[in-house]
Amino acid sequence: MTIAFTRRAFIRASPSAAGGLAIAVFAPAFAGAAQIFGEPAGSDSAIGPEVNAFVVIDPDNSITLRVAKSEMGQGVLTSLAMILAEELECDFAKVKVEYASAHRNLVDHDVYQSMGTGGSSSVRRSRVFLQQAGASARERLIAAAAARWGVEPSACVARGAVVRHEASGRSASYGELAADAAKIALAAEPAIKTPEHFELIGFPLKRIDTPLKVTGAARFGIDARLSGMAYAAVANCPVFGGSLKSYDFSAVSGRRGVLAAVPVTNGVAVVADNFWRAKEALAAMPIEWDLGPAASADSDEFRAEYRAALDGPLADGGGHGDVGAAFASPVRRVEALYEVPYLAHATMEPLNATAHWRPDRVDVWMGTQSPEAAIARAAKAGGVDPKAVFVHNAFLGGGFGRRAVNDELTQAVEVSKAVGRPVKLIWTREEDIRSDRYRPQAALRMRAALKDDGAPAGFEFTTAVGSITRSLGWGKVENGVERQAIEGLANCPYRADALKVLVNLKNTHVPVMFWRSVGSSQNAFAVESFIDELAFAAKRDPLEYRRSLLQGRPDFLAVLDALADKGDWGKQLPKGVGRGLAIHESFGTIVGEIAEVAVKDGGAVKVERVVACVDCGHLVNPLTAAMQIESAVLYGLTAALFGEITIRQGRVEQGNFDTYPIAQMADAPVIETHFVLSGGEKWGGLGEPGTPPIAPAVANAIFAATGKRIRSLPLKNTPLGA
Amino acid sequence: MAAFVVNGQNVAVDVEPEMPLLWMLRDELGLVGTKFGCGAGICGACTVLIDGEAMRSCQTPVGAVQGKSVLTIEGLGAKELHVVQKAWIEADAPQCGYCQSGQVMAAVALLAKNPNPSDDDIDSGMTNICRCGTYPRMRAAIHRAAELAKI
Repeated sequence: MTIAFTRRAFIRASPSAAGGLAIAVFAPAFAGAAQIFGEPAGSDSAIGPEVNAFVVIDPDNSITLRVAKSEMGQGVLTSLAMILAEELECDFAKVKVEYASAHRNLVDHDVYQSMGTGGSSSVRRSRVFLQQAGASARERLIAAAAARWGVEPSACVARGAVVRHEASGRSASYGELAADAAKIALAAEPAIKTPEHFELIGFPLKRIDTPLKVTGAARFGIDARLSGMAYAAVANCPVFGGSLKSYDFSAVSGRRGVLAAVPVTNGVAVVADNFWRAKEALAAMPIEWDLGPAASADSDEFRAEYRAALDGPLADGGGHGDVGAAFASPVRRVEALYEVPYLAHATMEPLNATAHWRPDRVDVWMGTQSPEAAIARAAKAGGVDPKAVFVHNAFLGGGFGRRAVNDELTQAVEVSKAVGRPVKLIWTREEDIRSDRYRPQAALRMRAALKDDGAPAGFEFTTAVGSITRSLGWGKVENGVERQAIEGLANCPYRADALKVLVNLKNTHVPVMFWRSVGSSQNAFAVESFIDELAFAAKRDPLEYRRSLLQGRPDFLAVLDALADKGDWGKQLPKGVGRGLAIHESFGTIVGEIAEVAVKDGGAVKVERVVACVDCGHLVNPLTAAMQIESAVLYGLTAALFGEITIRQGRVEQGNFDTYPIAQMADAPVIETHFVLSGGEKWGGLGEPGTPPIAPAVANAIFAATGKRIRSLPLKNTPLGA
Repeated sequence: MAAFVVNGQNVAVDVEPEMPLLWMLRDELGLVGTKFGCGAGICGACTVLIDGEAMRSCQTPVGAVQGKSVLTIEGLGAKELHVVQKAWIEADAPQCGYCQSGQVMAAVALLAKNPNPSDDDIDSGMTNICRCGTYPRMRAAIHRAAELAKI
C-alpha cells in the first residue's frame, strides 16, 4: 500500500470552507509573496458540495475529507482521514484533506464534536464517530445510486469511489452521485467496520503533509500574509502577576516603519511594517513595569516550599487498603524524595497570531490546539459575537499542550483593533520561554513498607505540585485533588496490600499548564525510579521485581516481557554503560522503555539506545504511531537531561535555547519501537504516553552504570563524574 | 539598496543593511518557508545557503549578502526535488515540520561538503534543533540522500 505523491499540495484552501487549512499549492520562488491563505476574508457561509460535514465530493470525483483536529506533528491529518476513508471506500491516494471549520462547528450544533486537540485523544475520542461519518456517506451514495436505478441498495456495492449494481452492470462514480446523496436521509445509520475488516486502518501509510514540509510549502500561523498587514512585537510583563506602568513611544516613534505602540493584556506591543523593525523598536522603547507581589520570588525558596508542603496540609488522593497497618508492622521501610522543575514547552514555532479586527467581525490566522476557545477568546478581546469570529487554523509548529491556551491571540486582536488593520503578532523566543504556562514544579515523597521477600506491604505517595486547574482559572479544586496531580500515582499498577496517595496542591506566581504527558511526566519519574530503588533494596533484578508486582496485570506483563526480549535485558554491556527500565500507563496506553546510557569518566551522559514497547490496543497508522513514540522519547529526554525553568527575582532566568537547551542530533539515541497490541476494546492514545518512561529509564540506567541515584531533574544538576 | 540573488532571481531591496536576511526574506519578499525559531543563531530554523554555505539568516545582515547568491527552501528543488528532499520523504522525517526547511538546507550543505558523512559527521554537522525529535529519521534520511546522490 503506497501513496503516490504529487508535488502539488494535497491540502487545499477550499473555496467552500474558509475554515479549511489555509494552504496554497506549492509555491516556487516568489509566488510565496502572494497571499498564501486561500481565502483571507473567510466565508464559511458557502458549504458544499458535501455528502456530510466530513466528506466533500466534487462532480469531477475529487474527494475532500475534513479533519477536525489540529495537525501539530502527530499525524492527525493522515490518521483521521484514514478512518474516514476506511468506511467511505475510496482511493486514499487521491483524497484531499482540509481542516474542518470551527465556525461551522459553532453555528452548526457541534457537527464536528470537540475540535480541541490534546490528551492524546484525537483517535480515541473520534474514531467511532469518524467511522460512522464515513460509513454514513458511503451508504448515502449507495442509496442515491439505488434510487437512480430503481434497485435495492443492498444489491449495490461501493468500492474505489464507484457504486456498482452487479446484476445490471451499471455503475456511477461518487462524483456523479454526491449531489443526490447529500439529500438522502438514511432510515438507520449503518454499522461500522470491526477491526478484522479494516483495509486502511492498521497499515503504515505515508503522511500526507510530508511533501509540503520538505519544500517549505507548509503554512504555519506565523506565515500568514494579508493585504495591509502590520507586524507586532510584544513585551510581556517580566514578572507574572505584574502589570504595565508606562512606556515612552516617542523614543522610537520616528524609526523607519514604526507605526504605533499599543498596551495589551500583560504587556505592550510595538507595531511596524516589518517584524524586525517592530522588535528592534520595542527593545529600544523605555518601559516601566509594576512588578507586582512576586518580584522577589526565587526558585531556591520554591524548592524549600515544595519540600515543606509534603508535610501538609494533605488531601486524600485515593488508594486502597490500610496503609497505617502496613507501615505499623515490623517491616523494612524505604523512603525517597524526588523533585522536578518547571518546564517550558518551547515549541519550535514561537507563539504568534494574526488578527484582522473589524467592528462586526474578527478573523484569526494561527495554529491553535483549541479553535473553539480561540473563537471565544477573540470574541471577548474584540468585542464581537463569537459567531462573528473566524479562526483559520494552520499547521502548528509544535503544540505539546502550549497551544491549547492562546494568550498571544488576545494580544493580536487588541493590537489589530487599536491600529485598525490586520496585525501579525509574534512572541520572540525569549517571550515564548519567559511567558509560557509551564509544567508544574513538584516534590514527591515516596514511601514503601517492604515484607521480608521485598514485596511491598504498603505504598504511600505524597505529591506537592501546582494545580493546573487553579492556574488556568478553570476551578477552585475545593477538595484539594485534581486528576493531573495524581495520574500515574493513584493508578499505580504495582500490587501492594495498601496504597495511599496524598496531595498538596500548591501554586506559586508561575502559571502552570498541560505539558506533554502532564502529571505523568513527573509522577512516572517518581514511581519508576522508586520501584527501581525498592528492587535494589530487596536485592532483586529490576525487571523481575516489577514482574512479581504485576501478576494481576497481564497487559503490563505482556509489554514487560516484550521489552525484556527486544531490549536485551540482562545481556552484557561495556563498562560505563548501564541499562535502565521504566514502564508506565497514561492516556490509555502502556509504554515500557529500556534506555542504554553511557556515563563517561567526567560524568558526561550519552543515551545511546532506547527500546520502547507499546500497547495502545490498536493502531491506525503504525508509521505515525512509531514517530510519536520517537518524538515523545526525545521530548522527555530533553527534559530529563537539560530541562529547567528557574526563577530569580520573580523572573524566568532562561530565555533562549542557550539557556534552555534542547537535545540535538548528537544527543539523539537510536530508538526502536515495538507494538505489543492487545486489541479488543482498547484504543489508547499515542502523542504523550512515550514521554513519561524515558526520564526514569535513563535515571535507572545511570544507577546501573554508576550506582548514583538521580532523584531530581534535570540530571545535569547531579554530578556524575568519578 | 542591497542587491543580490535569491533563488536565481536578482533582487534589489531598500532596507536597513543591518536587517537580518531572515526578515527581509519573510516580511519583504514573502519567502516564508525560511523560519524564525530563536533569533539568536542557535536553532537553525532560518538556515539558507549563501554562495553554497549554510548560514543562519537571522544572524546574517542584509548588508552582508550584497552581490551574493541566496538559496532558500523555495528555490531548492523548484524544478525537481533535491535528493535530500526525496530522502526526507522516503524516511518520513518531518513531524510538525517547522524546523524542516532549515534542516533540509543544513543537510544539503553538509552533503555538498561531505558526500559520505558518518554518523559522527552528521552529529557534528547537523546542529539545528528539532523539538519533535525527528533526529533518528533525519540521520537515516541523510545516509539515504548520500546514496541517492550516487545513482
